[in-house]
Order: sequence, then structure tokens, then C-alpha cells
Amino acid sequence: MNVADWVVLLGTIVGIAAYGSWRTRHVRSLNTYLRGNASTGWGTIGLSVMATQASAITFLSLPGQGFESGIGFVQNYFGLPLALIVVCAVFLPMYRRLNVYTAYEFLGQRFDEKTRLLGAGLFLLQRGLAAGVTIYAPAIIISTVLGWRLDLVIVFSGLLVIVYTVTGGSEAVALTHKWQMAVISAGMVTAMVVLLLRLPAGLGFTGAAHVAGALGKLQAVDFSLDPSRRYTVWTGVFGGLFLSLSYFGTDQSQVQRYIGGASLREGRLGLLFNAVLKIPMQFVILLLGALLFVFYQFAPHPVFFNQAEWRRYAQDGRFRAIEAQHAMAVAQTQSAIRAWLQARAADDAAREASARAAMVAASHRTRAIRAEATAALAAADPRAKTKDSDYVFITFILTELPHGAVGLLVAVMFAAALSSKASELAALGTTTTIDFWRHFRPLAATDEARNVRVARRFTALWGAFAVAFALFAGFAENLIEAINILGSLFYGVLLGLFVVAFFLRRVGGSAVCFAAVTAQALVIVMYFSLNIGYLWYNLIGCAACIAFSVALQAVLPPRARDDEGRAG
Amino acid sequence: MTPPPRPDDRSGAEPPDVPGFRTWRGVYLFVFGWFVLVVILLSVFTGIFS
Repeated sequence: MNVADWVVLLGTIVGIAAYGSWRTRHVRSLNTYLRGNASTGWGTIGLSVMATQASAITFLSLPGQGFESGIGFVQNYFGLPLALIVVCAVFLPMYRRLNVYTAYEFLGQRFDEKTRLLGAGLFLLQRGLAAGVTIYAPAIIISTVLGWRLDLVIVFSGLLVIVYTVTGGSEAVALTHKWQMAVISAGMVTAMVVLLLRLPAGLGFTGAAHVAGALGKLQAVDFSLDPSRRYTVWTGVFGGLFLSLSYFGTDQSQVQRYIGGASLREGRLGLLFNAVLKIPMQFVILLLGALLFVFYQFAPHPVFFNQAEWRRYAQDGRFRAIEAQHAMAVAQTQSAIRAWLQARAADDAAREASARAAMVAASHRTRAIRAEATAALAAADPRAKTKDSDYVFITFILTELPHGAVGLLVAVMFAAALSSKASELAALGTTTTIDFWRHFRPLAATDEARNVRVARRFTALWGAFAVAFALFAGFAENLIEAINILGSLFYGVLLGLFVVAFFLRRVGGSAVCFAAVTAQALVIVMYFSLNIGYLWYNLIGCAACIAFSVALQAVLPPRARDDEGRAG
Repeated sequence: MTPPPRPDDRSGAEPPDVPGFRTWRGVYLFVFGWFVLVVILLSVFTGIFS
């Protein structure tokens, strides 16, 4: 990175944070601090919801996913529009009608205080532990490729987000989200344009798409019912619906983005804005990855994209041999692709078929050598990080983009990291203040300044915790997966609480609370005794909570059931 | 702590005030239709390039 890159990077990232802090420095009302400006329109809400979901990992990992496995991952988002329609029709009107600050307040009004504390507690446990990861995960990649100190990246990005989130609360978060999304959009469009311009002469988008398709990277939809297939339309619609409903309907970091708008209409349109744009947006990012794959068939590239890790462990002659084999295989693949393109242009079906088979075989050889490199790395040291797909896009950015654009794309990563982190901190601070603190020290009814001070302190506390946790996380192996597992263990039961609240009007607080605790215990016991994919625990937790609630409601004595049907 | 319910949000039947739509049901159907169209377009894309 040169001076121009630094100017763009710091100008955008620090500039947006400073602007957010400055514009919201006078927030004195708890309502504004926790729910944002009361006149917020649907555009701001829509961008804020989008920015909250789009973390830095989205922009680092998704192109890598497209590069490695193709664009089929887009099917994972198929349940999202359907879930958002349900949130608009059922969840949002209820949250607004009850005028709650947090989703868990709704549980308190529908059931009782213990159920509300249980819901808020599950959220804090899950999000609180994940808080460090949203800073750590992109920081480790950015610091590795740029050679920056990991702890400095964590502290810099952490302090930046803490400053504006603590200063202006939800209003600052929504305000900065708009500009961060502008930076992200500008950066991704720039990357796509440069990539298309850097494709070999005469290939163009259509030619590159045909090559990517022939090499198996452009199968966007798969209607197969084969359960062994990872991404299909059906897993996307049903699994995606379930996960998106949990995330958008019950996770305070999203709920807080849409409950505070000027009216119910603004919140609904903001959510539907995402329902319309999310799949096309993810498709374009994945397509970028698939086109990167084609680009690197014609451009020299390392056998393993995480070059820092490669240099650390790949010391002996075996690795040099792998590098030589890879270079040769890439050259052969390139020749095979050119031969196939010529056969297509000549409209010779027989020649095209044989050229295509040769191209696919050559590509498979290259892939096998990459797999061999990964295995050799793991054999050299089991602690070596063997997943390099997250490093593909950032490698392209640093080696192929002109100066200035490099700074802009690094700013994209930081903007995405800060935007999701800010929503998370605001939600953690709000839930701690509203759902827990008031039980010990009730908030003053008239002293708004004191109320805001309390909320600010909790937000700052969670920010400090996240930074400290991210610094510690540098020493832990497989932490990100551990946090994902932890999330799946709690998310299902949390959704189950809300499903019962909305759709099973006869179930009361005691039944659902005991059912949720039992379901949570069941999920934890199953996790330690069974060997199934951890995503299944989302479904198991939710289903168990619903089933136990219905069963308990039927058997509990009348006194324990007399709280049924409140506020429902 | 929780403020009283918002009078303006008591009715879930407020019009969407979106050109071309008189009810929210119509807006939801449009979004659902858009989703179906996107899946169809992605299927066509897959058919052309895969």
C-alpha cells in the first residue's frame, strides 16, 4: 500500500467514524440512543439491515467460496426473502405495537419476566461470546496479508467502532451504515470492473463465464433431492428460511435496526428492500469469485494463497517440487482452455467435446496439486492453517488493483467489519440495559441523561470485552468454529421461544420457560453424545422448545397455567 | 420502562403507500414473485453456462 491507499483507507474509515460521532454527539434521549432517529426512512433502515448482516468475512470468504466451489452457495440465501416476509407480517407489527426496545421485552409482555430474562440471557451468551470473533476473523486475514501487527489491527478497529457506537448509539450506527455501504458498493464495483478488464484479450465476460461454467463453477441452482449434496434449492429454502427467521426475527442486532423507524411502513419497506436485493447481491459477489478462478487460469498465482503460512512451513524440497508441478499444471490448463475456446469458435462439436474433456482433466490436475499442497502443509505442522480460499480475493486486490483502489478495497473490509460490529455492540448494550440492569437499578423515569449514560457504559463495556476477547482469540485454535457451534446450540431454543409466543397463543410463561430450559439441556446433552452436523441443533432446539411447551401446557396444574395468552 | 403502545401502529392495516400497491399482501406477493423470478433467472443462467 502506498500513500494514496493510506489516504483513501483512513479518509473513508476514520472519516465515517468521525462523522458518525460528530453528528450524534448531542443524543440525549434514550429512545433515540436505543432505537435511532424517530424519522428514519426505509432506505436507511434497509441499508442498516444489510450492513449489519454483511460482515468483513462476507467480502473475504464469499469470493473465495466462488473461486473454490462455484456459485452454488447462493442457494443458502433462498429462504431469506420468505423469512423477511414473515418478519414483516408477524414480528415487526407486534414489536411496534408493544413499542419495545428489545425483542426480549416482547417475551416479557407475552409471557412473563423469567421468560424474558431467559431469552435475553441466551442472546447475550451467544452474541457476547461471538463479539470478539467479528473483530478477530477479518483482522487475522488483513494483518497476515499486509504484514501488519494483529493486535494493532484489532485495537484500531475495535476502538474506532466503540467511539462512534458509544457516542451516538443506534442513531450513529444507522448513520454510519449508510456511508459504509456506499464504500462497500463502490469498492466491489471497482474490483469487478478491474477483474473484467484484466481478463485475457478477447475473452470478455461471456467467454469467461463459459470457461467458469465448463469447469463447474457456475451451477447456481441444484434441484437435486440427494441429501448428501451440500447446497441445493431445498436446503436453501427450508434451512435458509429457518436460519433467517432466527436471525432477522429474534436477534436484537437486527431487530434494533428496523423497530425504530418513522412508522411501521418504513420498517417493512426496509426489510423488503433486503428481501429483493440480497440474493442478487450475493450472486454478484460469488460470481466475482468464479471469474477470479478464470482470471487465475491465465495469470501466475501461488499454489497456496495464504503465502505467509506457506512461507512459514513450506521449507524443504518437497514444497518446491509441488510449486513446480503447480506452475506446469496451470500452464497446461491454460493451453487446454485456449484449445477449447478455439474449438467453440470453430463450431466443431466433436473437437469441442474432446477439448472440453482435456480442459476439465487439466483443471482437475491443478486442483489435485493444490490439495496435495494443503496436505503437505498439514503434514509439516498440524497447527498450520490449511484453508486458503479466504485469501484469494485479498491477494487479487493487493496484486492486481491500481493504487488508490487497493486502499478502497481494504476500506471495504474494514467498513464491513465495523458495520456488523457496531450493530452487535449496540444490541448487547441495549439488551443489558433494558432487560437486565433495570431489574437491579431501575432507570429513572425522567432523568434521560442518566439513562443514556447507563446505556453508553454498557455499550462501552461490551466493546472493551470484544477487543480483549479478540486479542485473546489469537492464541486459540478453531475458535471461530467453536463460536459458530455455540451459536447453533442456543439459537434454536431462542427461536422456539418466539415461535411459541407468536403462534401458540394458549401456551403460558411457565410452560414455555421450563420447556426452553429443558430443550436447551437436551441440545447440550445431544451435542456431547451424538456426532451430527452442528447446524442441525438450530432445528432440534426450536422443535424441542415448541413440543415441550405444548406438552407442559397440557399437564401443568391450572395455577401454573393462569398466565396464558397475555399480550398475544 | 417500556413506553406505551404507539397509537399509529395499533392498526396493522395501514396502506403501504407504494405506487401500484393498495395492500401489504400485494407487496408481499410482489416480493415472493420477485424471488421466484430470481430463482428462474438463476436456473436459466445455470442452463446457459454450466
